[in-house]
Amino acid sequence: MSIAERPLIDVTSQRGSKLAGLAIRVLLIACSLVAVAATLGIILSLAFEAIRFFERVPVLDFLFGLEWSPQTAIRNDQVGAEGSFGAIPLVTGTLLISAIAMTVATPLGLASAIYLAEYAGKKTRGLIKPALEILAGIPTVVYGFFAALTIAPIIRLTGSELGLEVASESALAAGLAMGIMIVPLISSLSDDVINAVPQSLRDASYGLGATPSETIRKVVLPAALPGIASSLLLATSRAIGETMIVVMAAGLAANLTANPLAAVTTITVQIVALLTGDQEFDSAKTLSAFALGMLLFILTLLLNVAALHIVKHYREQYD
Amino acid sequence: MTEILQPSLPGLKRRHAAERRFQLYGKLAISLALGFLVVMIGVIGANSIGAFTQTQVALSIRFDERTIDPEGKREPDALAQANYGALVKASLRNAFPGVKGRRDKRKLFGLVSSDAEFTLQKKVIADPKLVGAIQKIWLVTSDDVDQLVKGNIDPSLPETSRRLSDREIGWIEQLRARGDIKRVTNTSFFTSGDSREPELAGILSALVGSALSLLVCFVLSFPIGILAAVYLEEFAPRSVWSDIIEININNLAAVPSIVFGLLGLAIFLNVFGLPRSTPLVGGMVLALMTLPTIIIASRASLRAVPPSIREAALALGASKVQTTFHHVTPLALPGMLTGAIVGMARALGDTAPLLMVGMVAFIVDVPKSIFEPATALPVQVFLWADSPERAFVEKTSAAIMVLLLFLVLMNLVAVVLRKKFERRF
Repeated sequence: MSIAERPLIDVTSQRGSKLAGLAIRVLLIACSLVAVAATLGIILSLAFEAIRFFERVPVLDFLFGLEWSPQTAIRNDQVGAEGSFGAIPLVTGTLLISAIAMTVATPLGLASAIYLAEYAGKKTRGLIKPALEILAGIPTVVYGFFAALTIAPIIRLTGSELGLEVASESALAAGLAMGIMIVPLISSLSDDVINAVPQSLRDASYGLGATPSETIRKVVLPAALPGIASSLLLATSRAIGETMIVVMAAGLAANLTANPLAAVTTITVQIVALLTGDQEFDSAKTLSAFALGMLLFILTLLLNVAALHIVKHYREQYD
Repeated sequence: MTEILQPSLPGLKRRHAAERRFQLYGKLAISLALGFLVVMIGVIGANSIGAFTQTQVALSIRFDERTIDPEGKREPDALAQANYGALVKASLRNAFPGVKGRRDKRKLFGLVSSDAEFTLQKKVIADPKLVGAIQKIWLVTSDDVDQLVKGNIDPSLPETSRRLSDREIGWIEQLRARGDIKRVTNTSFFTSGDSREPELAGILSALVGSALSLLVCFVLSFPIGILAAVYLEEFAPRSVWSDIIEININNLAAVPSIVFGLLGLAIFLNVFGLPRSTPLVGGMVLALMTLPTIIIASRASLRAVPPSIREAALALGASKVQTTFHHVTPLALPGMLTGAIVGMARALGDTAPLLMVGMVAFIVDVPKSIFEPATALPVQVFLWADSPERAFVEKTSAAIMVLLLFLVLMNLVAVVLRKKFERRF
């Protein structure tokens, strides 16, 4: 075939590449749907097993019951054969430990963020910010081990010096370790928000004679408040879903208490306790883990959505 | 002038003091957080040192032919099945002829690790000429002896509150005085699997389990992640659908890891019937968790490629697919890889989802494929932390140090990649 005879545009190869293009497009769409499938998978698997659980235990008993002692009857006439599946002690335990964690993490995280954003020089910032990020990168088993090995004995010793009764697996030990773990989450998110506050606001405040700290407290922080609130919500969500620290440092006993020195258990601890080791897949005991998982998923999802909502709707628009 | 300023001066002083206090709070908060980090790593690091050495005791073993090979044929089977424990016991009885009574004898035999007979077995199989000879052989001691030698058991405590009795400590002192006790580097920590006996427990099986899980995780999540990012960034029309996918990815990133474990248990294990406790399932769960991280990082990296590259390719007649895969994606690849490594580092440290899919089994053998039951490094940390023996504290700490080392290495690789391939357009 001479050059003149050859068609200018190779139609056959074009059709081929069109088909290939279509195939690639389908592949790409399929890949991006994997993430959607994962979410659907989570919701469906949790819902499906939770519904099977609620066929055995009424929803209201689960949501408002005050006693948690899951067990499977070995004989039919056994005492307490039913087991009780009241999630309230688990929820309060989870909230207690998260509250302790947030009490530690909020001042530390915010103060670090303010210092990094407003006072630290470029060099210090470049050193300290990654150093704080290390805290977030350390696996949570490490925090759990440290809490159980070092923090809990220190708290127990201090407690007995002061004449207080401290459980060997106190909520305080787990909460403290978790608090430190969350610091970088709050500090880096808040740091970004504070940096986003326009310089003109600060300049105006300085111009009126305010000191830097007055400017931060009265001008910068209020302006950054929605972002900070959202970072705190995300941190709380993280604390509620955290598993290994509480599995290793908090207890298994479902106590309904607000005493940080007592042993409490959490939703995640119970899920792990119910699903590790031998399990029969049809008992209320095993299925209850999925109901707890559903509860956890909904709680954290609500917090995440609220965090996004706050940022979207209450953010001050500058420029 | 001065008269007007005067009244505000005390107030100014107070305000400046408040300013200094405010700055101090910031410094204090940072020092507290970083101080905690240093103390935590310091305490665990100090605890871990012991795990890298091991105590051995020298016993003169008489390789008695009547016990090992009464028929004298030196057949490998006979040599392998002989009662080497008896040799160790005989040697201990010889070393301490004064020990009488069953309980005392059991304590005496307990000084040496249960591994000792296998050490002897291996020696004899390697060199059958040993049979009949008497040789001084260094054997691993039990964990209690090891802890005493390392100073973790305080002999000054009352006898009932420590794990070794006065008699046992007396024997160990005698052995020490004879120079028959030494500390050597514990290589078996890196070359053996888990064990119920702390002195024999190693991290190799957990390490291999982690590596296999991460391999599965990477093979699944990296291609899917970058292809999803390419679609969302380069092809997807702005529509409700792409918004839904985007919101969904962001939410998925914030789902607690244990929930992914529940998904793995309910779907991968119970619906698909994949083998429990295997790196295959563990890796799949980790892949789902890592996916949002990779997608988000890959999209950022694609966005950083300037439109001029795309326009140039399109202008030269490349199709959209060619533009994307020949020109844009290669430029974004280092950034994507960096994101993937950061995601994998997080996956390496994650424990909870692996507990849900049964990777908490007691694994002695090193897994050879992704279909064999395995455990992972952080899970091993969790399991050892739960064990009551004092000797497991140092094992746990050492496993944590190894885990942290790998995390540091992975992050370093990510940093280097970023530095090396970072391009400013």
